[in-house]
Amino acid sequence: MSDVVEKTLSALPSLLSLDSNAGAGKLSSTSKLGNLIRGITELTSKHDEEKLIKKELAAIKEQVASPNTTMRQMKEIMVRAIYCEMLGYQASVSYIHAIKLAQQGSVLEKRLGYLAVSLFLNESDEFLLLLVNTVLKDLQSTNLNEVCMALTAVSQMFPKDMIPAILPIVEEKLTHPKEVIRRKAVLALYKFYLIAPNQVQHIHSKFRKALCDKDPGVMTASLHIYLQLVKESPESYKDLTVSFVTILRQVVGGKLPMDFNYHSVPAPWLQIQLLRILAYLGKEDQGTSEMMYDVLEESLRRAEMNHNITYAILYECVKSIYTVYPKAELLEKAAKCIGNFVLSPKINLKYLGLKALTYVVAQDPNLALPHQMTIIECLDHSDIIIKRATLELLFRITNAQNVTVIVEKMLEFLRQSSNDYSTVDLVGKVAELAEKYSPDNGWFVQTMNSVFSLGGDRMQPDIPNNFLRLLAEGFDSVEEDRQLRLFAVDSYVLLLQGETASLPQCFLQVISWVLGEYAHLRPDQASDPGKVMRLLTRLLDQRHASAQTRRWILSALTKLCSSPVSIALARDVGERYFGSLDTVLRQRAHELMILSQDAGLRGRVLSAEGRLEHVEVDSSLSFLDGHVSEALAAGAAPYKPPHQRQEELAHEKALSLEPYGLSLPVSLSTCSITDRLTDRQSPTRLSISSSVSGNSTELSLKGGSTTLKLDGVKRVWGKEGYLVQQPKEVVEETPLPPTELPSPLGSFQSPVSQTQTASPGPEPDQERQQLASSLFVGVGTHHSVCLMGRTEAAPQRFRRKPKGTGSSSGTSEHSSNSSHSSSGTAAGNTLDSTTAATGQQISQHALGHPPVNGNPIVETPGPLPPVRDGGVAAEIPTGHTDSGTLADPNEDPVPVRPRDLPLISHLPAELSGLARSKLTTLCPGPDPGLALSSCRVYKEDALVLVVFVSNNSDSTLHRVALRFTSKQLEVSCVSGDLVEEVKGHSVATCQYAVVMMRASVDVELAGLVSYQRVPGQPRATPFSLRLSLKHFIRPLTVSTGEYGKMWLSFSHDVKQNLRLITAGDQSPLTATLDTLRDRLHLHVVDIIGSEGIVACRLLRGQPCLLHCRVHADSLAVWLRSPIPEFPDSLLYHCQKALAEA
Amino acid sequence: MIKAILIFNNHGKPRLSKFYEHYSEDTEQQIIRETFHLVSKRDENVCNFLEGGMLIGGSENKLIYRHYATLYFVFCVDSSESELGILDLIQVFVETLDKCFENVCELDLIFHVDKVHNILAEMVMGGMVLETNMNEIITQVDAQNKMEKSEFSSFFSLYRRLSFSLPGRTGRHRLVLQVPLLVPCLP
Repeated sequence: MSDVVEKTLSALPSLLSLDSNAGAGKLSSTSKLGNLIRGITELTSKHDEEKLIKKELAAIKEQVASPNTTMRQMKEIMVRAIYCEMLGYQASVSYIHAIKLAQQGSVLEKRLGYLAVSLFLNESDEFLLLLVNTVLKDLQSTNLNEVCMALTAVSQMFPKDMIPAILPIVEEKLTHPKEVIRRKAVLALYKFYLIAPNQVQHIHSKFRKALCDKDPGVMTASLHIYLQLVKESPESYKDLTVSFVTILRQVVGGKLPMDFNYHSVPAPWLQIQLLRILAYLGKEDQGTSEMMYDVLEESLRRAEMNHNITYAILYECVKSIYTVYPKAELLEKAAKCIGNFVLSPKINLKYLGLKALTYVVAQDPNLALPHQMTIIECLDHSDIIIKRATLELLFRITNAQNVTVIVEKMLEFLRQSSNDYSTVDLVGKVAELAEKYSPDNGWFVQTMNSVFSLGGDRMQPDIPNNFLRLLAEGFDSVEEDRQLRLFAVDSYVLLLQGETASLPQCFLQVISWVLGEYAHLRPDQASDPGKVMRLLTRLLDQRHASAQTRRWILSALTKLCSSPVSIALARDVGERYFGSLDTVLRQRAHELMILSQDAGLRGRVLSAEGRLEHVEVDSSLSFLDGHVSEALAAGAAPYKPPHQRQEELAHEKALSLEPYGLSLPVSLSTCSITDRLTDRQSPTRLSISSSVSGNSTELSLKGGSTTLKLDGVKRVWGKEGYLVQQPKEVVEETPLPPTELPSPLGSFQSPVSQTQTASPGPEPDQERQQLASSLFVGVGTHHSVCLMGRTEAAPQRFRRKPKGTGSSSGTSEHSSNSSHSSSGTAAGNTLDSTTAATGQQISQHALGHPPVNGNPIVETPGPLPPVRDGGVAAEIPTGHTDSGTLADPNEDPVPVRPRDLPLISHLPAELSGLARSKLTTLCPGPDPGLALSSCRVYKEDALVLVVFVSNNSDSTLHRVALRFTSKQLEVSCVSGDLVEEVKGHSVATCQYAVVMMRASVDVELAGLVSYQRVPGQPRATPFSLRLSLKHFIRPLTVSTGEYGKMWLSFSHDVKQNLRLITAGDQSPLTATLDTLRDRLHLHVVDIIGSEGIVACRLLRGQPCLLHCRVHADSLAVWLRSPIPEFPDSLLYHCQKALAEA
Repeated sequence: MIKAILIFNNHGKPRLSKFYEHYSEDTEQQIIRETFHLVSKRDENVCNFLEGGMLIGGSENKLIYRHYATLYFVFCVDSSESELGILDLIQVFVETLDKCFENVCELDLIFHVDKVHNILAEMVMGGMVLETNMNEIITQVDAQNKMEKSEFSSFFSLYRRLSFSLPGRTGRHRLVLQVPLLVPCLP
């Protein structure tokens, strides 16, 4: 303290001199800031502070407005404004003056002006436009300080659109004689690269020059850029590896001036940066890695001094060694290093050691083994961060053998932790492990129970969703499914018998759904049918159940009322909630009442078989179209989804420089009023019919949120006027304050954990040993060094069924009368399976023919519009096939050969009218006497591959047969599978229908032709041909309404910007869409203003929808499909088609 | 990249906040509060790294902090920064402040926010580490201050001692604000 006093005394004379020098103006301004700070320090409450700051801001406002305020005073005012801003109060009146200060002040005032601007404003602020000129001027100033200030300001915040204006000048600064300017210019350019990469594309060579700068400071700055560039595309910078290695070697070898030393370590930050870059470069690249082994080893060796910063280098070095292509010798040294970190008494190093271990166990689980005991110690460490890092490490080494112990440790941590973030994260991990490695049903259900009760309502919503889907979809064995469900039901019944107040809402919802759905599996359900019902009713009446939860409970009750006892109970509940203020609850109660009174209805909807059926959900609420169109006709504004509303709000805030655009015309004719309206009147109707109907305009086109469907089911029966608003509300969640659970599930703990958590015995060491053996069991048994990612050795127990299986069962029957209330709700929860089904049904419905499993060539005229009866011929201009030929490497480059003409005449008559590709020669083969050619014929419902077998020799060919093998294609023979004989100089044709099973960009189809020239001597020749996705795409003719409906039900989407094509007098959008239509057989559904919608389908497969919008000079395309691969592959073809156009 | 640099005292009062990414005013205040909440309840003998602030965090980002006497210095960084490297950068920053302000204390930061910002700007530019050498930083700051010195007499560590007092508080409080951040016998 004496130091302070001494300083105070020593400051006295200078203070006095200041007093006399600076004059009164200076003092008064000083005291203003002093007054403010003094005032704030005295205050005790936030409220007082607010009042004081308000007063201060008012004073500032008055002063800045006064014309007498000098620049110097302004500077002082800015400091006060900065202070207010720091405390979280907007001093917006001073913004413009900060800019003014930067513009007009002297160097010092300018600096404060720039500082204030960079603290007050952000990139998107319109005020910044006013600063552009100032920056421009200062960048060209001869005063170095001004240039520095401008560069600093530019790197902090600069409007993206204005970068081109100053880019040349900043570039120029790269050759400035002053080192500090060059350095700042490099960083400013890096910042530009980050916010607008394509604008600095052309100066990459200058970055290289900066890397070779004679000043190490500039070189260091350029490494920021290279770290980013190399991270993004290591391939493009492999040539720089030698340079980086050389630089690092020089740095490590102490070649830099002493100024760069920090605690006698040469340029440590530079070393760290270089090691990171090398790691990216050497990753999975043996050649490059070999170049850096030496220098890595040297830095590992040099970094031995006992200072914090050397550990930083060591850590980075170890990480690099484990990232690059492995070298045994180095790995050994690095492993030793990690050991030192983990064992270090310094807690920071221990933390990093654990992190490093987490990083490397993915490659070699054995590395964790020597540190078992340390890891166990860390599990009980007093620092929660260390504990957390240890759990992360354990998560990485979990396998089927140690999963119970590790999960128990995680749950233990969760019970103590109060940090929201780590809870959410860890809960997700536990759920993942439980799903992956669960040893048995009982354990799985109990673990998930803990997850739900600990994770509460903060956890990711997909955890309960996945769990329910798992229960609903089941696994391969029926018996196992039954057991799992029964186990879940039993455990929930047990839970509900206890105290339920502490259970989170989402857990209660899971419980009610499972009970409603599977309570019938209970053996005592027959003897005491009212038991589950009573439990649920009790829960329903409890105060802690939220409205949302009550809805779940009521729908569970609806599913359960089948026996006389439960009917009585149901009626009772129905009566009680009949007058509920909550509309949905009232609705449910109403349904329940009617169901309990009408035995016939019950028999129909609650029949035992009905449980297995899936119900189609009309998620687009298209049956409300009538209402919507009425409302629109009456002048109501079209519905906009929340994100669009927000977007518009944001737009409104900004100045709009464009003239007002035309609003979309809402024509009444497109909004057909459907007769489905009447369906809504009956509240007993428990399902929603979903034949595609009408046009739901904006609503169905843009309300793409998937959460919508979850509850969409429930609210369908409401009164008009209310329902239109639904989509906004259904997304609601009821966030509850986090509830700490002591241990509501204590009774469910697994046996292993009970031995673990036993009171500390007399031999704690032995206990730890035991824990270690149970934690690390199975770790390191698989020795394979996996370079990337976790080794997934153990089979995944709960492997989800492919979605297709679920949907195919759903497709069988989907008429409205077969629906079942329980599966109606199930559909809401087990979302994906149902939406997939819906998509398929719609597509089939729209196409008007059932899936053909037999001979695909059979014409199915069906209810297709007459124009299209002749297949796609009308749709595909001949130009298309030409482009197809160009793109296909396997096809013959010679366009027309004389032999084509006779060959093509062999084309079967029924195919001759259809669009087809050119002939392709398949295999020249060793036998000159045999030639194979093929031709693709595009039928509406199939791709027919016609193979011409020409016998060019005099002798006869016997038993000619073709065999095709491909994983992705399904090839079925239409005719000519086996031709008994092909006479000399004649041609046989074989037809095959090809269907793409999984959408992919293009596919190789391998085939084998076998024949006998001399009977009894079979010969064979292989051939192959390439088929592309676009051969399998057919237009999907849907109306805008149907499109909207399908759009909502598809889950996989991809977005991408495509290039716009400009052609003649057409608008770019139309031209681009037409090109796509012609080249890829898409169907352009509608074009409205700057948006267009396009649909197509895979042959006998799923549809894919494209939503295009013109955005500046590119076309933003949003693709959606029920299958994930389709949009990606289609997008590729779209890009290609547009590039070729 | 460094996302934000926060300095607040033992009671959570912000002394400096610099964000290198844009957040709304409210979010910024929330981040400061949350960070203080996270950092302040940690003991002295635990590690200097923190994961998982909800707002600035996510799994990508980390808080790296140091506690000096009455102030916490917190750097929020993403995964591209070295933890230990940043830890030493904080030390360099505080040592530089100490050189510039001669035994820097909380009061210096209160009254010279602008100067602290200027020093910081020489170390970190737009979220990237620009300079780590203390002497170099001081040279740069001094070069700019020369102009200032021609206008005023020496500006560092002047009027904080006498022209300013905190009435209504005991002298002890004032002394707390004047506790040097760095122990004088630092290596």
